[in-house]
Amino acid sequence: MPQVKLSGKFRAAANGADTLEIEARTIRELMTRLVERYPLMDEHLETGIAVAIDGEIYRDNWGVEIPPDAEVFLIPRIQGG
Amino acid sequence: MAGVLVSTTINGDAVDFACPQDETLLDSLRDRVGLTGVKEGCGTGDCGACSITLDGRLVCSCLVLGVEANGREITTIEGMADGNKLHPLQENFITHAALQCGICTPGFLVAAKVLLDRNPNPTEEEIRYALAGNLCRCTGYDKIVRAVQAAAKEMRKRK
Amino acid sequence: MGHDTSYTNQEFKVVGTRVKRPDGIDKVTGRARYGADAYAPGQLVGLFLRSPHAHARIKKIDTSRAEKLKGVKAIVTSADLPDLTDGNRGLLDILENCMARDRALYDGHAVAAVAAIDRQTAKKALKLIKVTYQVLPHVTDVDEAMKPDAPIVQDYVFTSGVDPKPTKPSNVSQINEFGHGDVDKGFAEADVIVEKSYKTEQTHQGYIEPHACLASVSPDGSGELWVTTQGHFGFRITCAQLLGMDMAKLKVTASEIGGGFGGKTHVWVEPVALALSRKANRPVKVVMDRDEVFKATGPTCSTSVDVKIGAKKDGTITAASAVLRYQNGAFPAIWGMLGAMTSFACYDLKNVKSVGYDVLCNRPKVAAYRAPSAPMAAFGVESTMDLVAEKIGMNPVDFRIKNAAKEGTLASYGPTYGPIGIGPTLDAVKNHPHMRARLGKNQGRGMACGFWFNFGGQTCTDLNIGIDGSVTLTVGTVDVGGSRASLCLIAAEELGIPYEQVKANVADTASLGHNDMTEGSRGTFSSGMATIFAAREAIEVMRSRAADMWEIPLDDVIWKDGQAKAVGKKHGNLPTLSLKEIAAKSPGTGGPIAGHSEVVADNAGVSFASHICDVEVDPETGATKVIRYTVVQDAGKAIHPDYVEGQFQGGAAQGIGWALNEEYIYGDDGRLQNAGFLDYRIPVCSDLPFIDTKILEIPNPTHPYGVRGVGETSIVPPLAAIGNAVSNAVGVRMDHIPMSPPRILKALEERNS
Repeated sequence: MPQVKLSGKFRAAANGADTLEIEARTIRELMTRLVERYPLMDEHLETGIAVAIDGEIYRDNWGVEIPPDAEVFLIPRIQGG
Repeated sequence: MAGVLVSTTINGDAVDFACPQDETLLDSLRDRVGLTGVKEGCGTGDCGACSITLDGRLVCSCLVLGVEANGREITTIEGMADGNKLHPLQENFITHAALQCGICTPGFLVAAKVLLDRNPNPTEEEIRYALAGNLCRCTGYDKIVRAVQAAAKEMRKRK
Repeated sequence: MGHDTSYTNQEFKVVGTRVKRPDGIDKVTGRARYGADAYAPGQLVGLFLRSPHAHARIKKIDTSRAEKLKGVKAIVTSADLPDLTDGNRGLLDILENCMARDRALYDGHAVAAVAAIDRQTAKKALKLIKVTYQVLPHVTDVDEAMKPDAPIVQDYVFTSGVDPKPTKPSNVSQINEFGHGDVDKGFAEADVIVEKSYKTEQTHQGYIEPHACLASVSPDGSGELWVTTQGHFGFRITCAQLLGMDMAKLKVTASEIGGGFGGKTHVWVEPVALALSRKANRPVKVVMDRDEVFKATGPTCSTSVDVKIGAKKDGTITAASAVLRYQNGAFPAIWGMLGAMTSFACYDLKNVKSVGYDVLCNRPKVAAYRAPSAPMAAFGVESTMDLVAEKIGMNPVDFRIKNAAKEGTLASYGPTYGPIGIGPTLDAVKNHPHMRARLGKNQGRGMACGFWFNFGGQTCTDLNIGIDGSVTLTVGTVDVGGSRASLCLIAAEELGIPYEQVKANVADTASLGHNDMTEGSRGTFSSGMATIFAAREAIEVMRSRAADMWEIPLDDVIWKDGQAKAVGKKHGNLPTLSLKEIAAKSPGTGGPIAGHSEVVADNAGVSFASHICDVEVDPETGATKVIRYTVVQDAGKAIHPDYVEGQFQGGAAQGIGWALNEEYIYGDDGRLQNAGFLDYRIPVCSDLPFIDTKILEIPNPTHPYGVRGVGETSIVPPLAAIGNAVSNAVGVRMDHIPMSPPRILKALEERNS
């Protein structure tokens, strides 16, 4: 089960937790489960969440599969210039 | 528009246009004559993107009035190539990747040609100071200077 | 989507060669058409009326006299721009920035716009518009704006990231913390600690081409927009949403772009141009003048940063912390958060904490500027790194090497790094001949590191093969710096044909699916990846056509060196079929041959750079001359090395200007005093030396060619590299960017007293 770590910004919406265990095979599943468990995360989904899987950042591609023992980190969605 | 008739020569061709007295030559060239190679970057003579020659002298066309062009000779970037043969400066800008977005390129080419016509063998410092009136935000000027050096060398060989 | 994006470590035939770019001739002859180079029959000139106050309530706008002026065809105020955002505050902020609603929030904020038959008439009309302002107190400094008695810029903003939730509005829109470990414990273990504060002033991307567009809206709600932009698909979405138009009915065409650097990823005048056109039922051309560009587009943040680093005598950093205050202009955004994320990204730290504050001011809305927020944080951190190295008596490069992040390092912003390039860039710097060059009187040397994320994104590409075998590559990412050449190289490489046989075009929004903006260093990376897959799809079509033409099974056909070959003992005698031959026969074998790709290209890889700089400071005038500059950066794979070098040099030059001269100067009245290129001084040709570049190629494992994003990282190190160099030259630590002559003279005075 992937260990999902949360960036500071998101911890308040997850009742202060900084690490969650969420069963999910893709990023989309992860997001769905996250909002199911913590409805306050919905607000952050609007403003944007990016997902780092084993250090690689995904901004949009929610079909990406999450390997079972991957390190998953949720960071705010950012842009460049 | 209470316009004034201006008769001028542009890139060797006789051109007439009418413009208001307070219009810049930059706007006249772009909006009346249709030569959009000359660009407005600042409108205050600080960036050189509007560079042309007026009676052989390098000027910022945003600091010249359209009516001042009456009876005078103008060259713009559109007159730099000889038919379908690019000027060595134009060629070298491409081969040396001396442009990224290209908006400043016409101004640089006009200014560099004025330099090389008057000084066919400039030092790096002379090139840099001659082009100090043209702003580029993309390249850091490195490849522009190299392109001018290469073009100068080529032009000297041809002579 | 099923495509394998992993690195294939292949040998290249054309990728990596320095070919001529396809848009080169147009750009050296003046034929290329930029934002202001479009003309439509019957077009009107659009001009804007802008607030002369930094903060004011708009009590009344009387446009009656202006409307009566002969030649005026439409006037637009916020009354013509109803809120259609349905509670989307971010979208409403965009609308409000384009045209003030009940308040003017900064000097230059648009309050009305006019479309008239010519410029003279439009200017007269602006003068006839009477705006009644009630001037309000303003605040333009980031630290002042955080004080409890500061004027509030937006009363709907309550600080997020604090517990309990605040009940009073604030200029601090969010506070974000990143890091791990225990910094208090770490500092307690340190042998030396350096703690220092820094300030950086506001700068602008400074693209030479002002924003410009030609908008044309018909009574049936369809419209066209020609615009200089980094992302025409994004602009279409935003403009359609703000104006209540159907996206599919709005065709946006990207002109050639005269520089963007992030500043052209937002709409500024475009929605209002469309609104004017809609009201007048005629095309409206809007071209910003330079004054407006400085005042009313999106500069980067001014900042105030505190950094604390503790280390053992052997050079191991035991703790690092930073507090960063970033001014966002008049609308809340995430720039401070971004600065906090990038602060310590270069290093492998056990105990690290960075806190970013996003603060509102009566200044224009901040936009991204090339690796946004990273340069300022790097200035603080990299300057402090030098101070710590000095205190423990260690070479600054060795100190960084000792603490550099590597594969497996837990990044300060959260995730664990895969293979990364900071170690190699530092090694390259250490061994670079620049480090051994002799320094003369009043000269100093400095170096610094930088980091940036790089992004992928939604990308859509078409590849069509004409019956003469020439290939048209249609992409949706705007070409900001020569990427069309790289994309043609990639298509040529995949197809096995000469570079000259491929022509790349940037399509309008009606001709291609959505493409994200050219930002985040993603242009070549994303469209390159989509090009590879589109080419491979076309190859599959050609294999099948060849199989049909030969009447053999598809499995017996391979594609090699631009040709279909029949393999196997049975077909050994069949002559090969070239792409040209297959294309020529295509009408009879199934019609046009094409490949297509929609891909969300992700994992552009993180990118590291190290810079070295030598400066000479004139002790009488305080003027600094950059005498030598070297950029070392990891590009993954340089598709076209000239353009990768160009990105390195351009980013460095912008950083040099930022470090030495560029700043927004505000008066006590909150008005911008230097809104032009004379007094906002960017580097000119005579200011700079040749900029040496060294491209490292540590392949990105998640791109078939190993490409990483390259465009942004090289603006991150210069502020600190020059800060360190100047500090070494004058013998005083510089802590305020830009290090303009007055500041250097003041530092010299303090040193001498």
